Amino acid sequence: MSTKKKGTYEVQATPAAGEEHPVAQAQAEPTRSRAALSPRCDIHETNEAVHLTADLPGVVEEDLEITLEKSVLTIRGRVAERRVEGFQRVYSELAEGDWVRSFQLSNEADTSRIQATLKNGVLRLSVPKHQPTVRKIAVRAG
Amino acid sequence: MVWNTLPGSVWNPWVELARMQSELSRLLDGSERAVAAQGEFPPVEVWAGEPGLRLFARLPGFEPDDIEVSVVGDVLTLKGTRPEDGEKEGETWHRRERGSGRFVRSFQLPYAVESDGVRASYQRGVLEVELPRSAADKPRRIAIEAS
Repeated sequence: MSTKKKGTYEVQATPAAGEEHPVAQAQAEPTRSRAALSPRCDIHETNEAVHLTADLPGVVEEDLEITLEKSVLTIRGRVAERRVEGFQRVYSELAEGDWVRSFQLSNEADTSRIQATLKNGVLRLSVPKHQPTVRKIAVRAG
Repeated sequence: MVWNTLPGSVWNPWVELARMQSELSRLLDGSERAVAAQGEFPPVEVWAGEPGLRLFARLPGFEPDDIEVSVVGDVLTLKGTRPEDGEKEGETWHRRERGSGRFVRSFQLPYAVESDGVRASYQRGVLEVELPRSAADKPRRIAIEAS
């Protein structure tokens, strides 16, 4: 959970449903008949930015979609269905589906400068904060 | 004689495999990792075919060098370490779900594999292990001689 302090940037994540459990899609119905799985995430914050790390095993760059609607950031990673020629799946602990999770950004976020990298199935996003502009007001002697 | 072919009545080696591997992990690791197979790390999937087995494990955030795959007889062991994103000063953590550190997981395979033929690859955070069935272990057809 976010620690709420005065002047602290706040990121709210959808409830952690655990990696292998489908997440209820509140706003929109998925058009693909695949389950939505909630990826595990780390969120940490510095003075300059909020850093979000998400485990998205099986996702390549082309299949990753990051959207921002108003202040809601959504990560959507499509996982190609696995097929092994001449083999049959005999045992599985992996729920099949796409990785989907949304985050509410505070209005401190500078959404025009969001950066994202994907490596070894891990997405790293950094959302910079607007730096307060300091203006000096000259005081004229009366 | 009527063969009983109800789905539930057929012996399923994969249920056994799941049970045995969780037992095995408990013995080898002896730590808090000893939980039900569902909570095991990494979660895996096993495919079977004529040439042998194919195992897939979800291991995001590793480097290939951080993962160790070994086979002894019919026991496959996966080991690895995921580096920690160290906490620095001036940082506030809001969420920590990913975890880091060392893992060990072993699997009792349903048959011996050709250890020289075992291949492992790591892509997109998914480990794939090819486990060819040992030739000596493959079922043979026994010719019936006419008297």
